[in-house]
Amino acid sequence: MSFTLKINGETKTVDAEPGTPLLWVIRDDLKMTGTKFGCGVASCGACTVHVDGEPTRSCQTYIDDIEGAEITTIEAIENDRIGAAVQQAWLELDVVQCGYCQSGQIMSAVGLLRDTPKPSAEDVDSYMWGNACRCATYQRIRAAVLRASEIMEA
Amino acid sequence: MTLNTSRRGFLTSAAATTAVLMIGATADGVLAAGASADAMLTPFVKIDSSGKVIAIVKHFEMGQGPTTGLTTIIAEEIGVTMDQIGYEFAPSDPTRYNNLYFGPFQGTGGSTAMANSWQQYRTAGAAARAMLITAAAANWGIDPADLDITDGRITGAGHDAPLADFVAAAAALPVPETPALRDPTDWKIIGNPATRRLDSPAKVNGQARFAMDVHLPDQMVVMIKRTPKRGGLATGFDDSAAQEVKGYIMARTLPTQHGVAIYAENTWAAIQAREALEVHWDMTAAETRSSQQIRDEILTALNAEPSYNVNKADRAAVKAAVDSADRVVEKTFYFPLLAHAPMEPLNCTIEQTANGDIVLHDGAQMPTAPHMAYQEIFGLPADRIHIETMLAGGSFGRRATADADYQVEAGLAFAMTDRSRPVKLVWTREDDIRGGNYRPATGHKVRVGLSRDGRITGWDHQIAGQSIMKGTFFEQVAVHDGVDSTLVEGVTENPYNIPGQAIGLTDTEKATSVLWWRSVGHTHTAYVMETMMDLAARAANTDPVDFRLAHLADGTDDQIRQARVLKLAAEKAGWGQPPEGRTQGIAVHKSFSTFVAEVVEISGTAEDGIVIEKVTAAVDCGVAINPDVIKAQIEGGIGYGIGHAMRDQITLVDGQVEQSNFPDYEPLRISDIKKIETHIVPSPLAPTGIGEPGTPPSAPALANAIAALPQSDDLVAELPMAEAGISFA
Repeated sequence: MSFTLKINGETKTVDAEPGTPLLWVIRDDLKMTGTKFGCGVASCGACTVHVDGEPTRSCQTYIDDIEGAEITTIEAIENDRIGAAVQQAWLELDVVQCGYCQSGQIMSAVGLLRDTPKPSAEDVDSYMWGNACRCATYQRIRAAVLRASEIMEA
Repeated sequence: MTLNTSRRGFLTSAAATTAVLMIGATADGVLAAGASADAMLTPFVKIDSSGKVIAIVKHFEMGQGPTTGLTTIIAEEIGVTMDQIGYEFAPSDPTRYNNLYFGPFQGTGGSTAMANSWQQYRTAGAAARAMLITAAAANWGIDPADLDITDGRITGAGHDAPLADFVAAAAALPVPETPALRDPTDWKIIGNPATRRLDSPAKVNGQARFAMDVHLPDQMVVMIKRTPKRGGLATGFDDSAAQEVKGYIMARTLPTQHGVAIYAENTWAAIQAREALEVHWDMTAAETRSSQQIRDEILTALNAEPSYNVNKADRAAVKAAVDSADRVVEKTFYFPLLAHAPMEPLNCTIEQTANGDIVLHDGAQMPTAPHMAYQEIFGLPADRIHIETMLAGGSFGRRATADADYQVEAGLAFAMTDRSRPVKLVWTREDDIRGGNYRPATGHKVRVGLSRDGRITGWDHQIAGQSIMKGTFFEQVAVHDGVDSTLVEGVTENPYNIPGQAIGLTDTEKATSVLWWRSVGHTHTAYVMETMMDLAARAANTDPVDFRLAHLADGTDDQIRQARVLKLAAEKAGWGQPPEGRTQGIAVHKSFSTFVAEVVEISGTAEDGIVIEKVTAAVDCGVAINPDVIKAQIEGGIGYGIGHAMRDQITLVDGQVEQSNFPDYEPLRISDIKKIETHIVPSPLAPTGIGEPGTPPSAPALANAIAALPQSDDLVAELPMAEAGISFA
């Protein structure tokens, strides 16, 4: 079945079965591999993308439910003012280790800062709780979100 | 694991590798593909036609930092900045890119990446610098001693030129065997905390390429429906329901009968088809035990005479010394099976080239293992099998298997096709959590005797557990007189002065496959040693730091280094004077030749929820090549150790794993540890391990902090802590 998606500002048509998770449409059909598969059950956040600006677990979002929505992935987040600040903070603090979860971490962090431009450490812990990092880069993630908030203000 | 660190072995290998000279395209075409103007100065240094230096990285990157670390060494020795250097992963070639501690075997593990490469990469970089300078000096008609390379330019005696001007001439020169290394006082990049990771930029914008991101034209995705219990055999299948799934191609029973391979057009189709496919299993030989039985077997073994007298001690005399001691401290410990659960589920992609060669795309931790296995599967010589090393989304030991488990699955699945289409093998998280290769279950029983003045007078230490090494490729190096060193390391070779120590070991039967897990035996031995030291200190009415220092006072190098990190962590944490409402615990442990002490500070109560407020670490790992990477590894090592100790275990019911995904194998979350602070001891000694040593002291330091809570009545001696009634806020 044919579906039309608006992703990173472009309109794409894909042939997929109804019920296909957005994650696999993005990764296998569109071959945009920045969005990661970690658990498939919305328990790790590696697959986080924005749907109409809201951080969303793409492994539990189905192609039939998002026609017409604006989807943003890690590949385009640098075009967002907050996204660019988050990426800059991530580089300043060398947050990444293996890096596999970091696309999802960054997409969630952008969502947090959009809602709460000046979060506390507790705000970060609470909002980012669902994004797992097996390398345990958490304290740098926390510091980098707070740093991104400063960059945004500057 | 036990590693060959003999000086002779090191020098032999180093000489063999630096003696190789390659110019332009290499014979196998892999290194210099598409860049014929590039010059290889040594097997580890390539300079492209624009003058950019490329470090050839022989270790894979799972986050632990060798793409930055090995590159740092080359950049420092040549004299270029980190902006003027890049990296490529080495091809699979155990003659040139072997781990010098592993023999003729290329691989990453045992926290050896920097340690085994240090001298080799320094020499390679220094050789390249000498060749470039010699070429420039000859051209300019001056003495090479008047030239140096700084920020990528050859300068001196009034001359100044970019590297690119002399690459071709340098590549035609012989490689000096013993080039002069830069003096440590001249280092600009090594030891500089401002050095940034080279792999960061691509990992924050989605461009980093992991093995999971490989999409070869026309590839099929393969998933395996594996036996739900160890020892079960697939005898056939019914794919009538699977055929209803759009994108399903076919299914084939693996020749090993450990499962059925499902081939599909894409990942989602493979997931659905696998769910729909029914496999007929022969469970006659399948595992039937449950976790309770496994635990009982281990605890029973601890109370019998051990199979192996590990340190050839007179156990009767040790027991007598303990029995006649002024005070006796006794404890029995149990550690459950644990999964590694790297963030990127296991996967790899295999294809056949037009000339019939095999190419594997893999986050390859031990390339030599699949390289050897594929020679057998495909009946090809080694030089017709190529391994492209991709970034790996974590490992923690899981990607390093002697039997190349997942690469063999992919190879067998590919071999059952006509090989016209590449095969990408994908594991799901459920496959990963249920797929075996766990940290073995182990038990310890320890009895410690103390003299009236609070000194240890005897230490009877019995261990029982499942051997990682027996029956594998590594048995020869890691098993001696029946003792698998990975079950006892950390009790053996421990720096404490413990008079009258008897160490016994009994193997118990495996219910699942087992494997090294970040810091291997130290995951349990450090817990036991360091909680016992605390219990003994308490029985002796002595401060835990003072008690440890009293047993580190003989002046050996190890004791001096262990005492130094212990004192530094205590000082930086404000040991003994925690803020109001907080409790501290400390632990120190040597692993992989590195010394780490950690102080865990908690608030709350075991009933209402403990909060881990702060962890303060001190580390001595020799020369700190990339201090910020070292800090990151300590932070990660602490999180990995504490997260599992808090609430994770793999359990079996009738031989079948109960857990399946993150909801029931809960990872550490961002809110679990409020703060980590790491202090590095400056050291001129050769660098030692850093990927694993942060893990061992973390859980015992937490346990000691919990035991020190006013309302605590005992030490948690069985993990995970949540099972022992400890709640975390």
